[in-house]
Amino acid sequence: MNSICFYFQVHQPYRLKNYKIFDIGKNHDYFDDALNKKIMQKVARKCYLPTNNLMLNLIHKYKDKFKISYSITGTALEQFKKYAPDVLKSFVALAKTGNVEFLSETYYHSLSFLYSKPEFVEQVNKHKNEIKKLFGQTPKIFRNTELIFNNELAHHVENMGYQGILAEGVDRVLDWRSPNYVYKAKTTDKLKLLLKNYKLSDDIAFRFSNKGWNEWPLTTTKFAKWVKGNKGHSLNLFMDYETFGEHQWEDTGIFNFMKLLPEELFKDNITFKTPSQIINNHDPVDELDIHEPVSWADMERDLSAWLGNNIQKTAIKELFELESDIKATKDKKLIEDWRKLSTSDHFYYMCTKYFSDGDVHKYFNPYDTPYDSYVAFMNILNDMVVRINNKKSNIQTKFRISENPKLLINNPIGKKREDY
Amino acid sequence: MFGWEFPPNNQGGLGTACYGLTKGLHKNGVDVTFVLPKKNSNHDHVNIIVTDNLYIGNEKIKIKHVDSLLYGYATQEEYSAKYSEHAKMMQGKSDTGELYGKDLFEEVSRYANKAKIIADFEDFDLIHCHDWMTYKAGIKAKKHSKKPLVIHVHATDFDRTGGSPNQAVYDIEREGMHAADNIIAVSNYTKKMVVKHYGIHPDKVEVVHNGVEFVQKEEDVFKSDDKVVLFLGRLTIQKGPDYFIETAKKVLDVMPNVKFVMAGTGDMYSKMIRMAADYGLGKNIMFTGHLKGNDVNKAYQMADLYVMPSISEPFGITPLEALKNNTPVLISKTSGVSEVLSNALKVDFWDTDEMTNKIVSVLNYSNLHKTLTEHGQMDVRKLNWNVAAKKCINVYSNVLEGTK
Repeated sequence: MNSICFYFQVHQPYRLKNYKIFDIGKNHDYFDDALNKKIMQKVARKCYLPTNNLMLNLIHKYKDKFKISYSITGTALEQFKKYAPDVLKSFVALAKTGNVEFLSETYYHSLSFLYSKPEFVEQVNKHKNEIKKLFGQTPKIFRNTELIFNNELAHHVENMGYQGILAEGVDRVLDWRSPNYVYKAKTTDKLKLLLKNYKLSDDIAFRFSNKGWNEWPLTTTKFAKWVKGNKGHSLNLFMDYETFGEHQWEDTGIFNFMKLLPEELFKDNITFKTPSQIINNHDPVDELDIHEPVSWADMERDLSAWLGNNIQKTAIKELFELESDIKATKDKKLIEDWRKLSTSDHFYYMCTKYFSDGDVHKYFNPYDTPYDSYVAFMNILNDMVVRINNKKSNIQTKFRISENPKLLINNPIGKKREDY
Repeated sequence: MFGWEFPPNNQGGLGTACYGLTKGLHKNGVDVTFVLPKKNSNHDHVNIIVTDNLYIGNEKIKIKHVDSLLYGYATQEEYSAKYSEHAKMMQGKSDTGELYGKDLFEEVSRYANKAKIIADFEDFDLIHCHDWMTYKAGIKAKKHSKKPLVIHVHATDFDRTGGSPNQAVYDIEREGMHAADNIIAVSNYTKKMVVKHYGIHPDKVEVVHNGVEFVQKEEDVFKSDDKVVLFLGRLTIQKGPDYFIETAKKVLDVMPNVKFVMAGTGDMYSKMIRMAADYGLGKNIMFTGHLKGNDVNKAYQMADLYVMPSISEPFGITPLEALKNNTPVLISKTSGVSEVLSNALKVDFWDTDEMTNKIVSVLNYSNLHKTLTEHGQMDVRKLNWNVAAKKCINVYSNVLEGTK
C-alpha cells in the first residue's frame, strides 16, 4: 500500500419549516431560512473554516504529497454564498492549489436516480456546471448521493462520460475481496470503481471519540500502522467533512490527528492521492455484480435509511409523481422549490428505524419525530398542487388535502366544501 | 401493599396499574398482601385484605363511622372549615365515586387506622403504598412495624387540579413522600414534579414506567364514512377537554364532516356540552358519558385517531389502550407516556393549531395513520409489567439493604 485517497462529502440541506395545514394555498415559503442560516454559520465556524484552513496549510507544507478530494452539493454551495461566503472563498483557495479534486453528484443531493432518470441527469449537469464555474475544473469522477450504487447507476454514469465512480465497500458484495483495489461494475466497459474502506474510514468518522472503543484513543501512529497493514492500490477514506469539528468536536483532538497524520504516513512512503490519480494508475482487478442498491448509511448499508418505511416511500413517490406537472408550468421558482424537496435528508428525517432507541438519526433531525417531518412534507406537496392548478387555470382553485396530490391535478376540484 | 381500588371495581388507571404490578411481582416471587378499603372480588395472585371486614380475634371492628376527623390536622375548627370547603370542591368532581366521594378524608383516616392492626397481624418485609389516599396508612404501618416504606406516585394533586392543588391533599402527599424510605414515580415527568413541588431529593426517586398487557380483541363496530376523532377520559381540567373542543372547531373549518367523540364524564361535563353548542358543533361533537368494559374497546376501534390533550398526565395509559385497538395516537408532551411512546404524534396541549395540523394530516394521509399504528404497537409491546415489577424489586432490595 502506498496511497491514501481522502474524499470528503460537504452537504447542507434546505430544512423545511413546520409547514401546517393552514398554510396550504396561502403560504409558498417552505424553507426555514433562520434555522438554515443558524446551522450553516455554526458548522462553518466549527468545521468548514478551520478544516479548510488546516487542509490548505497541509497542502502548502507537503506540496504534491498531500492531495484530497471533495464533493460539495449545490444546496451547500448556495447556502455558503448566502450565509457563509468566507467558506466558499476558502474552497476556491483550495481549488487553486491544484491539489484538490472536486467530484460530481446531484446538485440537490437527491435520490432522483431511483425515481427519474431525466431529472437525475439534469441535476448532475447543473452541479457539474456550478463546479466548473466556481472551481475551474470539470469533474471526471462521480459519486451518487450517500454513495448509493448499483449496476444500473454505473451504466448510466459511464454513458454520461465519467471515468470513475465511488461506492461503499460493502461486505456482502465484496465477499472475500478487499476494498483497497480498483474494480469495475459488471454493466460497464471502462468506468472504474473505487470502494470505501469502511472500517478505517469509520474509525475516524464515527469511533474517533468513542471512549468505549477498545482502540480509543486513536493515535496517528496506530492508524498509520493499520494503513500499512493493508494491501492494495489505495486505501480509500471516504467520510462526511463535518466529521472534523462537528461530529467529532475539536476537543476530541480530531484536528490534531489530521494535522499529524501525513507526517506519520510519509515515514512509510504512503502518499495522499486523488481519485483520478488512482484510476489513472491502476486497472480493475475484478468485476463486481451489484444488483441491489448499496449505500454508506447505517449498519444495513442499503436504502432503508430513506426508503425503509411506508411514509418515506409515499412521500418520495408522490414528490416524483408531480414532476411532469411541475415542469410543465415552466415556473422557475416552483421547479426550484420542487427540486429542493428532492434532497435525501427530507426522507432521512422520516426514518423510524432505531427511532425508539434514539440515535444518530435523531441527532441530525430538526423535527421532534419522523411523523412531524412527514406532515410538513405532505402539506407542502399539497400546496404545490395548488400552485400547479393556479398556474394552469389562472384562477384560485378550491382544493382538498390528499396523500395523492397528483390525483387532484387530473380531477380538478371545483367541488364545494359540502361535497367532500 | 396499600391500594385504593382494584379491578374489576376500578374507576381509573390506578386500579389497573396495581393489578398489573402485583401480577408482575407475584411472577417474580414476591408475596403481596394487598389492602383495600372496600369489598372487592377475589384474585388468586395476591392475598387481599379488605379493611371493611377486618377482624381482631372474633370481634369485628366497627367502621361504619368515625366521629372525629381530627387527626393529622391542627384543630377541629380548622379542619371542619377545610372539610366542608373541600367536600364542596370534591363533590363537583364526584364522577369517580369512591375515589372522590364526599367522605374522602374520613375514608382516608379510617383506612389509616387499620394499618396498625394489619401491621400487628401480618408478616411482611416492606410497605408499598399507592397514591395519597394510602400514605397515612403507610406512615402508620411504618411507625408501628419499623419496616421500610416505599410510596408509589401515580399522580400528584398538581396533575389532578391543573396546577392548583388542594392544600389538605398536598399536605398528605408531602408528609408521605418525606416519611418514605424511597419513592417510585411512574415517569420522569412525575419525578420532576415530586422533586420540584414536594422538596424531595432526586436520588430518593426511582422511575418505573407502567406496563400494559397486549391483548387484541376485535369488536364488532360500526364504521362510518366520516372520520372519527376520540377523546376518552374524565372531563376535568387535568385532561384538557376544552382544548379538544377548541381543536375540533379548527379541524371542522378545514374538514367539515369529521366526528368528534368525547367519552367520559366529570365536573366539566355540562360545561363542555355548552361549549360545543356555543361553537355550533352540536352535530359534530358527541358525548357518550362514562364507558365501561367492551364499550371502551369499541370506542377506540371506531376512532381514526385518539387524542389525549392532557394538561398534566403523570403516565397516561389510554394511548396504549388505543394502540392495542389499532388506533394511532396524538398525545400531550406533558405526559409520562410520551417518554415510552416514541411512535406517536406529540403536541403541547395549548397549541390547538398544531393539534389541528396533526389531526387533519392523520385523517388525510392514510400511510401516516398506518405507520403510526404499526410502529406505535411495537412501542406498546415493549412495555410489560414484568419489567416494571423487576424495577420495583430492585427498589425494595436497595431500601431493605439501606435499613439493615
